[in-house]
Amino acid sequence: MNLLTVENLTVTLATGSGEAQAVRNLSFNVGRGEILGVAGESGSGKTMTALSMLGLLPYKGKASGSIMFDGREILTSTKREYRDIRGKEIAMIFQDPMTSLHPMLTVEVQLTEHLRHHRKVSKAAARNSALELLATVKIPEPAAALSAHPSQFSGGMRQRIAIAMALACEPKLLIADEPTTALDVTVQAGILKLLHQLRTDRNLSVMVITHDLGVLSSLTDRIMIMYAGSEVESGATSDLLKNPRHPYTKGLIAALPGNSEVNSKNLLSIDGMPPELGNFPTGCAFHTRCKFAKASCKETLPEVLNLTSNHRIFCPVNPFSELSNSGSN
Amino acid sequence: MRPVSGERKTRKRPLSGTGFAPFIIRRLLTSIILVFGVTFIAFSITQLVPGDPVAANLGQSAYSDPEIVAAFEKEFGLDQPVPVQYLRYVTNLLQGDFGVSLSSKRPVAEDLKEYFPATLEIALIAVFLALIVGLLLGIISAVTRDRLPDQIIRVFSLTGVSMPAFWTALTAFYIFFFVLGWAPGTGRLEPGGEPPPTVTGLFTIDALIAGDFSTFRQAFSYLLLPAIVLAIYAVGVLTRFTRASMLEILGNDYVRAARAKGLPEFTVITRHVLRPALLSIITVAGVAFSSLLAGSVLVENVFSWPGLGQYAYRAAVGLDLPGIMGVSMVVATVYITMNLIVDILYRIIDPQMRDSA
Repeated sequence: MNLLTVENLTVTLATGSGEAQAVRNLSFNVGRGEILGVAGESGSGKTMTALSMLGLLPYKGKASGSIMFDGREILTSTKREYRDIRGKEIAMIFQDPMTSLHPMLTVEVQLTEHLRHHRKVSKAAARNSALELLATVKIPEPAAALSAHPSQFSGGMRQRIAIAMALACEPKLLIADEPTTALDVTVQAGILKLLHQLRTDRNLSVMVITHDLGVLSSLTDRIMIMYAGSEVESGATSDLLKNPRHPYTKGLIAALPGNSEVNSKNLLSIDGMPPELGNFPTGCAFHTRCKFAKASCKETLPEVLNLTSNHRIFCPVNPFSELSNSGSN
Repeated sequence: MRPVSGERKTRKRPLSGTGFAPFIIRRLLTSIILVFGVTFIAFSITQLVPGDPVAANLGQSAYSDPEIVAAFEKEFGLDQPVPVQYLRYVTNLLQGDFGVSLSSKRPVAEDLKEYFPATLEIALIAVFLALIVGLLLGIISAVTRDRLPDQIIRVFSLTGVSMPAFWTALTAFYIFFFVLGWAPGTGRLEPGGEPPPTVTGLFTIDALIAGDFSTFRQAFSYLLLPAIVLAIYAVGVLTRFTRASMLEILGNDYVRAARAKGLPEFTVITRHVLRPALLSIITVAGVAFSSLLAGSVLVENVFSWPGLGQYAYRAAVGLDLPGIMGVSMVVATVYITMNLIVDILYRIIDPQMRDSA
């Protein structure tokens, strides 16, 4: 059984001009010990999907559908039940370690406060766990680091501390929202390696959210691509990256530097802009930017098309005729 | 920009130079220089004000006698050139001599010793009330944002900042003294009441020191209403400001991160939100306390409270230059002291200010 099964998740947010759906009918799952990558442009609903797992949607945000975690429905949880899930069952690390650690609290307080709350351990025991955690995430001199404040660390070290914080109560699922985006490329590799290591050592399930497909290729088992709040394609990492079938995925992969088939000297981009929240196009949301769009794409919602047991796309156009032909051109 | 080498920065918390003691000494020195700056500005302004202190303090007939005028001017040093007057004032000030009041004919230092504690007593109670009520209402307001408690508190705090002090004072006096009879009358004690032996000049404290509980109760009941009236504006300001800065902090990533850890909301609010919010709240509280002193002029007149506000009013009307200077010095010193305290609290609350030079 999967650790996490999400079905028909829809997230509605309050905007200046009323309500808007940020996530639409999203269904996916994360297996035990699996690393799932969720990719898409800004505003595609990745972060809102993650926040709805924790009941942490922004002010006046609402989620509907079903989120089964470890065999029970959590979307209908009360505030109190959510607090028992957060940090303890599902932990999250955020994009920018410069802003996600509290600037005025010591590393020790931030590493142990939830541990002491959830597990009711003594201060000394919590301190010992904190030392172990810092060693696990490879912070030099853990004892000195405990009494320091976040401002005394570099970005990469801060993200390691944030990961240690997330691991404190030994959660089953770790959600990493753009864990490397704010970091230098050289530091990124270290963080990715650490996440990979943690999965192997602790059989941790990880959901990594990013807009950087490069990050996902080395880390994940499976990838889900999102556009305008919906899934467009998902599949095993190697399969999806080598053999993308949805026009949007193809575009994303072609846009990776060095992957451009047309002209390796120029960076390729997908024409147009991602749609804004509350202003998603009708039918297949991607039709406004799709080279293969037909008139019908504007009206019909794309239906799921299972290519293999593990690879599926949401595209109203029959991909076996036009798309596969154009892909080989 | 900061180094991103992945190494822990080697900066240690310095023990000297940028430590706490050198910081305090530096700030104290600046404060003293500031006080002297204030003497200069206050003196210049009192000199620039059109008006003849001799005419204001001598009667009509005495003023028409040149001999009396000359004697008056000589007695108070008004016949000297202004720079000489200033130098003399500062030299005397260094010896604790504020000069002699033109209107009360007593040393200004003695007047201040008598009037300032009366104001300090209601101002301290007022600021204490304002801090507790303002912070509490502000926090409730921010936490229940846009819901009913927040709406109600916002109406009240807006009313608090919008009502002029003299109007609140008159209304409160009318309702609680005249109509309801809950409050005692004006002044610091009932007519003929014996003040406790002076130690601090604060009647409540002095009564406690003397072990005289009935005087304590009496003094406390007399100061409560003026203190509450004085606090209303500050409560409004602090409530509004606390709400705003709490809401600002609530939007931070580290608050979302704290919630993602499953901490109880109470811990999130007190530990993760209130502490950074306090930084800006303290600044406003310092200013609010200082502005209480300004508000006391009107409130004290309504309640016939024999404090600095009344003294300042009389000194200003009587063009009593040493009196005006004395009040200015006290108010300026309070402002500067409040700023000093705010700066020190900043460093206690925010470790980053301790870490950085």
